[in-house]
Amino acid sequence: MAEKIRKSAKILVFSTEKISDPAIDMAGLLKLHYPPTVYTITLPCSSGIKSRWILHAYEKGFDGVFIAADGSDCVFGESCTEKTGEVVSRTHQLMKQKGIEPARLKMAAICSVCSESFVKQIKSFNEYLLKNTNS
Amino acid sequence: MEKKKIGVYVCHCGGNISDYVDVEKVRQAIEDEGGVMLAKTTMFACSDSNQKEMVDDIKNNDLNGVVVASCSPKLHLTTFGNVSERAGLNKYNYVHANIREQDSWAHSDDKPGATEKAILLVRAAIAKARLTESLEPNKIVAQKAVAIIGGGVAGMKAAIELSNMDCPVYIIEKEFFIGGRVSQWGAMFTTNETGKEVVTRLYNDMIKRANVTVFTGAEVVTNVGSIGDFKLKVKITPRYVKEKCDRGKLQQAIDACPVEVPDEFNFKITNRKAIYHNFPSEYPQAAVIDMNNCTRCGKCEPICDNIDFSQKEEILDIHVGSVLMATGFDPYTPHDGEFGYNEIGNVVTLPQFKRMIELSGKKLRYKGKNVKNIAYIYCVGSRQEEGGNTYCSRYCCTSAIHASLLVKKKFPDVYNYHFNRGIRTYGKQESLYYDSSAQGDIYLQAYEDALPVVSWNGSKTIVKINDILTGGREMEVEADLVVLVTGMVPRADNSVGTLFKLPKGRDKFFNEIHMKLRPVETFIDGVTISGACQGPKNIMESVNSALSAATKSYSYVSKGELETEPIVAVVNPDSCAWCNACSEACPFDAISMTKDGTKSIAMINNSVCKGCGMCLPVCPTDALELIAYSNNEIESMIDALAHD
Ligand SMILES: Cc1cc2nc3c(=O)[nH]c(=O)nc-3n(C[C@H](O)[C@H](O)[C@H](O)COP(=O)(O)OP(=O)(O)OC[C@H]3O[C@@H](n4cnc5c(N)ncnc54)[C@H](O)[C@@H]3O)c2cc1C
Ligand code: SF4
Ligand code: SF4
Repeated sequence: MAEKIRKSAKILVFSTEKISDPAIDMAGLLKLHYPPTVYTITLPCSSGIKSRWILHAYEKGFDGVFIAADGSDCVFGESCTEKTGEVVSRTHQLMKQKGIEPARLKMAAICSVCSESFVKQIKSFNEYLLKNTNS
Repeated sequence: MEKKKIGVYVCHCGGNISDYVDVEKVRQAIEDEGGVMLAKTTMFACSDSNQKEMVDDIKNNDLNGVVVASCSPKLHLTTFGNVSERAGLNKYNYVHANIREQDSWAHSDDKPGATEKAILLVRAAIAKARLTESLEPNKIVAQKAVAIIGGGVAGMKAAIELSNMDCPVYIIEKEFFIGGRVSQWGAMFTTNETGKEVVTRLYNDMIKRANVTVFTGAEVVTNVGSIGDFKLKVKITPRYVKEKCDRGKLQQAIDACPVEVPDEFNFKITNRKAIYHNFPSEYPQAAVIDMNNCTRCGKCEPICDNIDFSQKEEILDIHVGSVLMATGFDPYTPHDGEFGYNEIGNVVTLPQFKRMIELSGKKLRYKGKNVKNIAYIYCVGSRQEEGGNTYCSRYCCTSAIHASLLVKKKFPDVYNYHFNRGIRTYGKQESLYYDSSAQGDIYLQAYEDALPVVSWNGSKTIVKINDILTGGREMEVEADLVVLVTGMVPRADNSVGTLFKLPKGRDKFFNEIHMKLRPVETFIDGVTISGACQGPKNIMESVNSALSAATKSYSYVSKGELETEPIVAVVNPDSCAWCNACSEACPFDAISMTKDGTKSIAMINNSVCKGCGMCLPVCPTDALELIAYSNNEIESMIDALAHD
């Protein structure tokens, strides 16, 4: 994990083009602030995230990975919620095997207008990670 | 891959970005990145002058990768993709970095932090641009014909419109009669035109057209294929009565039938025989024998020559390029005891009340008693608490008020009491609310946490409310009839949606891609939705959406050839061992097994794959990648973002 003391944790967000990314955009539009060390990579659907990408992020120094999931609004169908959940549990297993604290991967369904919820979740995730990385 | 020559443009967006992000610092930080050939800042990246400059830059420097760091890709991804194409560069070599919504605005409280973030976001975009490849859309042949499922007002209007565009149409109607729900309503808001008049007008226009084929008693049983090439199997259930029929003898045959069942057309307030017809409201004006209830006693057969028990079920093959869904809605059925429904004798629903008005003579009577006081309870089955139907059904305020005007006109001695939750007679319909108030109707209102209560005191039905319009005073009405103003719900049997894998919204109606901008398209390419199967709509709204859906469906098939998005999954044949996991995970059945020499491997059907990526993470050997989101692309972006 990070050696130097950070003001904010480094978080990689996987967002989705149609659902959660518009919410993250709107957080900016509403000037709802969150740490600038939060970076987004946008994909078509949260159920298509590979565990290896998440593990790669930890390897390269990210403190946390946040999946801004489509939830029940997913345009590709109802099975998204369950499949994104499976991605998370599979990755948690792999993290345990590698000695990475599973709590460093967090998922929450973020609907296309859930800007406030996104900011709230990301801030509390940041606080959690800071407490753990700087301790 | 040829060596990348990338042009990078960092936008000020007036000051929207540059007030918080030092755009010049960003430019300097990335100009020496591998592959970057030129790096510029620009006041407005989307301005005509900058777009022209980009075109010149791409042409003059032979650029094969472009990055614009500006506002959200939702606004300008297409703009800059088109700029690339105008310069002769395939648009998939363009990469967008969002440094406004997700940077300068979100971090306007931390300028150095915002600038650092912008540098990393642009580096990540450059990392992706180094790996992009030109992609061509998949081309497929499109069958020039459209299947319309459902023959209500939406389906009929869409059929007429497609026929006008010289496109062959098949209407597939599950019932034995065309017309849908509208044929069940008598005089309708706001013009008092009757359902029968509207249906007759549409049917007569549609049926004379050579390029429209109508099937009744018809249901799609299987669907294979995809946009441009849907192959449907349609089951046709016989009516057991020839369409050309002697009316006089038919009536004698109906009279002879000993079986009586509740009549769905009248929402079960009357009965019908096992042999029946729904004219004059519905078409074709022919009779049918309902085999689910017919006992085959044979009493009707000798009376009318046109009765024909030898008719057989048929399966037809229909081949079309697009499918237009117009399957409509069901009225909400209250559960037992909901506002006294099915427990107190004189509680009915609005659809039943509409039929009662239609069928009644000089006096309004229910169960043998004269009706004087009518209590309407609004929003039944709509605007419920979280977990129920939270939506407003739109048509019902207007329809209930219109019914109260009709009933007062036909039976001047009735009194109307409207127990509502705030009236929503939007637009031109508001004049009906005015008319009803002017005729002396009483309006009482409650919030959702203190709904009116219907009870039976042993001799009378009482409706009680704490009326918020009079400061919460308790009011009660002795009602001879309680009308539950029921909303719209999705069809109880919506299995046809599953057949086409149509996504549903939170309200369980079929869902469009984008409520405002793509309101009749669905995520299933080639399948459009219209009318009330998409959510509560009145006739005008249903017809509007039918016209849009017809145009959209036509656009898929009109050229005889179609292009689909090239962003699809790809299989690496060396690492795939055909374990079937991906094909089970794919929600669109886009993956099947094929042979690679002697080895079985997965194969993606490019015209069916939607590029969701659900198959990627389930592969145990990581044999699947999504074009434009490959491991290399994602991981190199992560590398760039990880760099402090
Ligand atoms: C009580 C009441 C009163 C109303 N009054 C008015 C009014 O006065 N003015 C107004 O503008 N609107 C009114 N409406 C609204 C109006 O009824 C709707 O806007 C209209 O019916 C929607 O038309 P549609 O074609 O989308 O659906 P529908 O009318 O529901 O027609 C759908 C058709 O699809 C068929 N179908 C269903 N499933 C299948 C399947 N799997 N395969 C094949 N066929 C299938 C059905 O049999 C039906 O024929 C009223 C609604 C109600 C409930
Ligand atoms: S239209 Fe009126 S009655 Fe119908 S759900 Fe909306 S508010 Fe309630
Ligand atoms: S999951 Fe992977 S190995 Fe299994 S069939 Fe699909 S591509 Fe092949």
